[in-house]
Amino acid sequence: MISNRKFIVMGVLVSALLAGGASFYASSHPDGLEKVAGDIGFLETAKDHTNSGSALADYGVKGIENERLSVGVAGLIGVVATGAISGGLFLLLRRKNPKN
Amino acid sequence: MHIPDGFIDLPTSAVFAAASAGAIAYSLAGARKQLDEKSAPLAGLTAVFIFAVQMLNFPVAAGTSGHLLGGALAAVLVGPYAATLALTVVLLMQGFLFADGGLSAIGLNVFNMGVLGVWGGYAVFLLVRKVLPKNKSSISIAAAAGGLISVPIAAVGFVIQYAIGATATFSVSAVLSAMVGTHILIGIGEAIITALTVGAVMASRSDLVFGWKNETSKLEIRAQK
Repeated sequence: MISNRKFIVMGVLVSALLAGGASFYASSHPDGLEKVAGDIGFLETAKDHTNSGSALADYGVKGIENERLSVGVAGLIGVVATGAISGGLFLLLRRKNPKN
Repeated sequence: MHIPDGFIDLPTSAVFAAASAGAIAYSLAGARKQLDEKSAPLAGLTAVFIFAVQMLNFPVAAGTSGHLLGGALAAVLVGPYAATLALTVVLLMQGFLFADGGLSAIGLNVFNMGVLGVWGGYAVFLLVRKVLPKNKSSISIAAAAGGLISVPIAAVGFVIQYAIGATATFSVSAVLSAMVGTHILIGIGEAIITALTVGAVMASRSDLVFGWKNETSKLEIRAQK
């Protein structure tokens, strides 16, 4: 059985490879909701996102021209940021001295 | 499935934000009781993995894509309380950092994916687990069933929100049939990813899997009597 630490490290590495590498190959077609909204006709009621001009909007890093690099770096930033927030949250929530 | 600003009016969005806040508070209390030294890191990893896999849109039908929602997956791996929290973290990241999912719609999105998708998917998982033989491969199959159904459940969540507070006036029944039809297809992809992931964790560290642990511990209690 692999150790806890090894398991978490491997999981984070797999996530980093998916978000940082494989994401470039993701389908760029509209997702289910967007497609339905377009077909039925309410897509135009969508408003631009408040942060649509932000540095990481739409999973790309502003200023990086190379698309593969741009989405890859954005994905890695997402992995690190999600890990920091969720890791912190769940470590705070855990029972530190389980009564046995 | 991330709702942008504008589809649903602000009063309706506020009502669902309040409902989601209630569900988050309930899940915080539940997760605090359940998470320990071993399961807390896995809950963090689950959020990271779901964020990564949500970037991987797969084609489903002509001109349409879908991506993992991850509610059933997270619930099977770390339990529904931590799963609601993990999905909430992912949706907040996506909304604030990546402009994916409107900021006024975060309550709507947390409700559909982090509450309905998680708890609906987990309920289906429990039902299917009950009828299958008590072995490891049943956990992956039951998780796949939970994943499959969790996507149209989350889609129906949107249709309810549309029925209550859409800014457009197209018929609810047209939206319902289109949303459910498309999201059953996306649910097939959800089922495959969920089964593969749960299978991989079951093969390497089945002792960490909430949906397996809480079944085996029940069996032990029964055996002791």
